[in-house]
Amino acid sequence: MTVMLVLLLTIFVLAIIVGFEVITKVPPTLHTPLMSGSNAISGITLVGALVSAGYEATVWTTLLGTIAVIFATINVVGGFLVTHRMLAMFKRKD
Amino acid sequence: MSPELRNVFYLLAAILLYFAIKGLTHPRTAVRGNMLGALGMFIAVIVTLIDARIIGWEWIIGGLVIGSIAGVILATRIKMTAMPQLVGLFNGLGGLASFIVAGAALAETLQEFGPIAETTETDLRTFIPLSMLIATVASGIIGSITFSGSIIACGKLMEHWYIDKWVVPGQRIVNGTLAMIAVLLALGFMINVGELHWLYWVIVAVSLVLGVFLVTPIGGADMPVVIALLNSYSGLAAAATGFVISNTILVVAGALVGASGLILTAIMCKAMNRTLTNVLFGAMAEGGVKQSADEVYGGKVKSTSADEVAMLLESAQQVVIVPGYGMAVAQAQHAVRDLMNHLEKRGCKVYFGIHPVAGRMPGHMNVLLAEADVPYDLLKEMDDINTMMAQTDVAIVLGANDVVNPDARTNPSSPIAGMPIIDVDKARTVIVIKRSLSPGFAGIPNPLFAADNCLMYFGDGKQAVVELVAAIKEL
Repeated sequence: MTVMLVLLLTIFVLAIIVGFEVITKVPPTLHTPLMSGSNAISGITLVGALVSAGYEATVWTTLLGTIAVIFATINVVGGFLVTHRMLAMFKRKD
Repeated sequence: MSPELRNVFYLLAAILLYFAIKGLTHPRTAVRGNMLGALGMFIAVIVTLIDARIIGWEWIIGGLVIGSIAGVILATRIKMTAMPQLVGLFNGLGGLASFIVAGAALAETLQEFGPIAETTETDLRTFIPLSMLIATVASGIIGSITFSGSIIACGKLMEHWYIDKWVVPGQRIVNGTLAMIAVLLALGFMINVGELHWLYWVIVAVSLVLGVFLVTPIGGADMPVVIALLNSYSGLAAAATGFVISNTILVVAGALVGASGLILTAIMCKAMNRTLTNVLFGAMAEGGVKQSADEVYGGKVKSTSADEVAMLLESAQQVVIVPGYGMAVAQAQHAVRDLMNHLEKRGCKVYFGIHPVAGRMPGHMNVLLAEADVPYDLLKEMDDINTMMAQTDVAIVLGANDVVNPDARTNPSSPIAGMPIIDVDKARTVIVIKRSLSPGFAGIPNPLFAADNCLMYFGDGKQAVVELVAAIKEL
């Protein structure tokens, strides 16, 4: 077990606990935006894709990285945008 | 930028992602929350790009441009009724990107290590720790299942019949075997990664097939659970990739999404009174005695017309509308909003009772009604609306069936026994707008339709509501 692994595990577990605490407070009316918003967040894998695409270790890894950049970007950009579109529709009675 | 400084910025990004989800705890703060999330993501991307390891820009920029254009087109063109399949698709792409990144990271690490032939496995093992290999395999398996499962779910939500009917005989044995093969391959991969590193892609291929088989047998009405679960997987895949490339922001963001999906999955299962295993692997419980439709309905169903319903509504003080997937199919949400406006003009209070699993994804009905400008404070959760039912003059059920079936409450031998329902039968009068007496997803007759206080208003959801509004105007 390396130090890095233990650190990452610590972060992972704490983030899950924080996630549970805050997400249980999301009301059912916002469950669809929660899904599409968290979906966009899961596109964070883009960060890893960028490194692979730009590092250019081999042709193969560059190709893989670029494909991953494309799909992760769709996920991130599309996800945040569509969530915004949905949330903008929620209005109170006035 | 030094790795330490980059990690500080990743921490900032993680905090913003946390506030993004926190913002979603109320509709008033949700838009701002989503923007904070996007900002967090932007910061994470920018500090990653200022990385000394990056030597070429053309691929990165090309990928970002193509992905952004596609994302913007998809997000702005999609109709609100098609939201479940879009969320499913985005989900799948996240999983796809995650397992590709893990595969690329593996190839890069092996490349850095140098020619395999000149080294021993022990040297390699000190260079690539076992934990990284486990994380790589986890990302490969979870990411691929997320991808292929989401694509199938997306196809089902678009109602492609060939996907819906495709069930392999002995499905469970096939799935079990595939899972076993994936695990065995993973063991081989981890034991001798130097020579067997290509096994990663075989594991991915097997998991892709497994993802297809896992989702195909699951029925449309169980989609909220599947979509929520796949949502969780896409987060876990990203977190696993974070372990592979030792990246904190991937681990934090992945964990948040993983937790979010798991909570939604649990909520959906509870709302159907079923366990997750039952939804994923079992059909609906086989109830003791299945009643035939004739037995339940025989001569007791009363049909009504728009004019008669309009007259009932004229004297109503409080009306509750209970929408289901049928409202989405008929695209009746705007007509429903008109109905609400007319009733409110006459001094009648109108509320909406939303069952947690109404529709094809968590919160599906709420989004459709929000699109039609129905204020969100009129959308009541199941428990709240049930306490209001006794004071309700008319309950209108629109395209919902199983979630208002009183058998769940009263008949312990029913397949849906114990499932929480919206008690529309406790309102003074119930109007059910439906095409026919056909059963819902559970495949059982609904005694509500034969109840003394229930009137069936047969027709297409949208057409029926439009005619009803016209009849009210003429009063």
